[in-house]
Amino acid sequence: MHREFLMGNEAIALGAIASGVDLVCGYPGTPSTEVLETAAKYRPEGTYVEWSVNEKTAMEVAAGAAYAGARVLVTMKQMGLNVASDPLMCVEYIGVKGGMVVLVADDPGPISSQTEQDTRTYAGFSKVPCYDPSTVQEAYEMVQEAFLLSERYGTPVFLRSTTRVSHCYASVDVKDAGEYLEHAAEGFVKDSGRWVIFPRLANANHKKIVERNSALSDVFSDDPINKVYPEENGSRKGVATGGVSFGYAMEARERLGRMRLFKVSTPYPFPEKKAVEFLRGLDEVLCVEELDPVIEQALVYVCGKFGLNVRIRGKLTGDVRTAGENTVDSVLEDISAFMGEPVSRKAVSGQPELPVRPPVLCAGCPHRASFYAVKTAMKGKKAVFCGDIGCYTLGNAMPLDMVDTCLCMGAGLGIAQGINRIEPDTSCFAFVGDSTFFASAIPGVVNAVYNKADMTLIVLDNSTTAMTGHQPHPGTGITMMGGSGTAVSIESVLRGIGLGFVETVDPFELDAAVGAVRCASALPGVKAIVFRSPCIAVSKGRGPASVSPEKCVGCSRCIKELGCPAISMPDGKAVIDTAQCTGCGLCSRVCPAGAIGGEE
Amino acid sequence: MSTGIILCGVGGQGTVLASKLISASAMESGIPVMSAETIGMAQRGGSVTSHIRIGEGVYSPMVPLGGADTIIGFEPGEAVRMLPYLKEDGAAVVSSRVVIPVTEALVRSGYSSEVMIGHLREHVGRLTVVDTDAAVREIGTAKVLNIILLGASIAAGALPVTADMLMEMIERRVPKKYAELNRRALEYGLDCAHK
Repeated sequence: MHREFLMGNEAIALGAIASGVDLVCGYPGTPSTEVLETAAKYRPEGTYVEWSVNEKTAMEVAAGAAYAGARVLVTMKQMGLNVASDPLMCVEYIGVKGGMVVLVADDPGPISSQTEQDTRTYAGFSKVPCYDPSTVQEAYEMVQEAFLLSERYGTPVFLRSTTRVSHCYASVDVKDAGEYLEHAAEGFVKDSGRWVIFPRLANANHKKIVERNSALSDVFSDDPINKVYPEENGSRKGVATGGVSFGYAMEARERLGRMRLFKVSTPYPFPEKKAVEFLRGLDEVLCVEELDPVIEQALVYVCGKFGLNVRIRGKLTGDVRTAGENTVDSVLEDISAFMGEPVSRKAVSGQPELPVRPPVLCAGCPHRASFYAVKTAMKGKKAVFCGDIGCYTLGNAMPLDMVDTCLCMGAGLGIAQGINRIEPDTSCFAFVGDSTFFASAIPGVVNAVYNKADMTLIVLDNSTTAMTGHQPHPGTGITMMGGSGTAVSIESVLRGIGLGFVETVDPFELDAAVGAVRCASALPGVKAIVFRSPCIAVSKGRGPASVSPEKCVGCSRCIKELGCPAISMPDGKAVIDTAQCTGCGLCSRVCPAGAIGGEE
Repeated sequence: MSTGIILCGVGGQGTVLASKLISASAMESGIPVMSAETIGMAQRGGSVTSHIRIGEGVYSPMVPLGGADTIIGFEPGEAVRMLPYLKEDGAAVVSSRVVIPVTEALVRSGYSSEVMIGHLREHVGRLTVVDTDAAVREIGTAKVLNIILLGASIAAGALPVTADMLMEMIERRVPKKYAELNRRALEYGLDCAHK
């Protein structure tokens, strides 16, 4: 053992490596991404790591490897679990031979997601056992327990994390390389009665899963990771909690007097016997958890099942707020109100008005040029712009205002088609990033071609998965195993599907870009433009632009048209922040006075 | 006992590296550390905050309101935003230079450094303001603002780490060719109190 300062996601990866993991796969998504990146970085000889094209494929790759007896870790964010839900629901029925841990990072808040869905609820729905660590150290240990449990019971197991565990750094006690488990996969053994899902097998296995989970509830009740902290304040009020809220609750407990506290580390199957031990002798319990009232509902159920007269309070009773992230302060307030000891806080008075800082496209981002080109080409025409998930969602911000809809990965294509079916006189555009194109947009393109839709697809190809921190994807041909794979051509895919109009343009060639959009939008059927220019984070800029103060007329057109964060106008003249400017030149194209030029 | 530190600024200013350097320095001295970072969408020009807690008896990385011994503000407005986290006798080390958001460039509300620093002077007893424009003139780049602020924080007695330990951590994490630039930035920050 030695101590390292690790991010939660790094600790999860190292825990998997210590468990002898043979294969790691996944799809990037905040806050889960660093798990796979760390596994690739510290990959032992013989361990295979890949970014899969999407979460569904990752889950299937993981299942196949686990059928062959490998220990596998598959990683994704909570939205990704929706994409992977089809194979997940089925693989739970089939079971696995090698240990299969499904790491899903939830995003309370949400900070970088479309929903606040709760993977603990997914655990109950899919019947997949679930660990819910509250600290980085626990995440490191629980991933190892999850592998053991998975292999012992032949089931995939969730390790569910949240932002404040995944992105927390902490001093963690980790194993030395000599302490790692070694593992050799047995290989795939043909057995169609085991690996081929048919209704009769599903029925038989359903029964076994229910029995197993009932037994696991007892196993988890005996596991010290589910713990009752006895009261030292004589109160008949208790607190039940789990995940990162456990830490907040413990700090409140230190301040308010030590009430009885139940820490739930395995929300599914719920440790019922341990819960009964916690509930006996209490009058009231406050449940402190993020996202869904999972612990709360389980305790209500346990009270009914075991005939306990304890009032369970939480989100369902309106005692704590139902949405958003818990904080150390919100939990202190909730518990103190519950215990009847309100805390007072001194407010800072007279705070001046502070600027709002919505996230924006970086200075020099090629997406700005792409959106501006489409906006210019479609000015005055009836058009709808369907966005998607990625950095380019930020094209919604003023002044670009070029994202009319955004739903989930790849949805822009279907939405553009649906709107056009109802409003045939509207030009419908779908914007999709390069990684998203491969992950989930291709069926939408096939649907458009097959059903003779009328729409324009804009692929924003910046040669990386930018929003999640620049992961490679099939279009780049770079893999996580170091060597290069085969780059898949977006244009070839589109032409192969049957598109006649596929143009590739550098969006910074503004005239050509605007021309391509005008041309595409005038044609009937399904057309595509690939705007190709690399993300500023993976390419070298040309050196900052500068404004000639003599020529600048202070019209602020550069700011009002583009919204580039590098341009400001402190004293009536435009000024370019040289630290941010990449010299993309877009502003020089919109300046009517010719005041913006190259490097000083 | 534990020490709570909050670093705040705007995405892209280098708060995450600064937070890691503080944490690594403390850990190297054998003290347990927990920290939490803003990662993801907000990094694109949004407000970013790092929480660090150093010492024993800590259950989570999040500093409670009124629980920060130190706020290091990479941007004066962001320091004002996080001020409710500062302890009554806490210290703040703040860069004087505002980062004007795009929204402000579109609709002007008169956001200024003077108002923000004025508010901080009124409410923070132990305040160090780093004249960032002067610092950039001398050092030659704004890219090491994070190191300048760490130096100024050590000089203000607002960080439980030493300058030597911090420099060692910088050398471990930063490419060799930038070590000298970072050393100058750290030394500039250490002298800040006297400027």
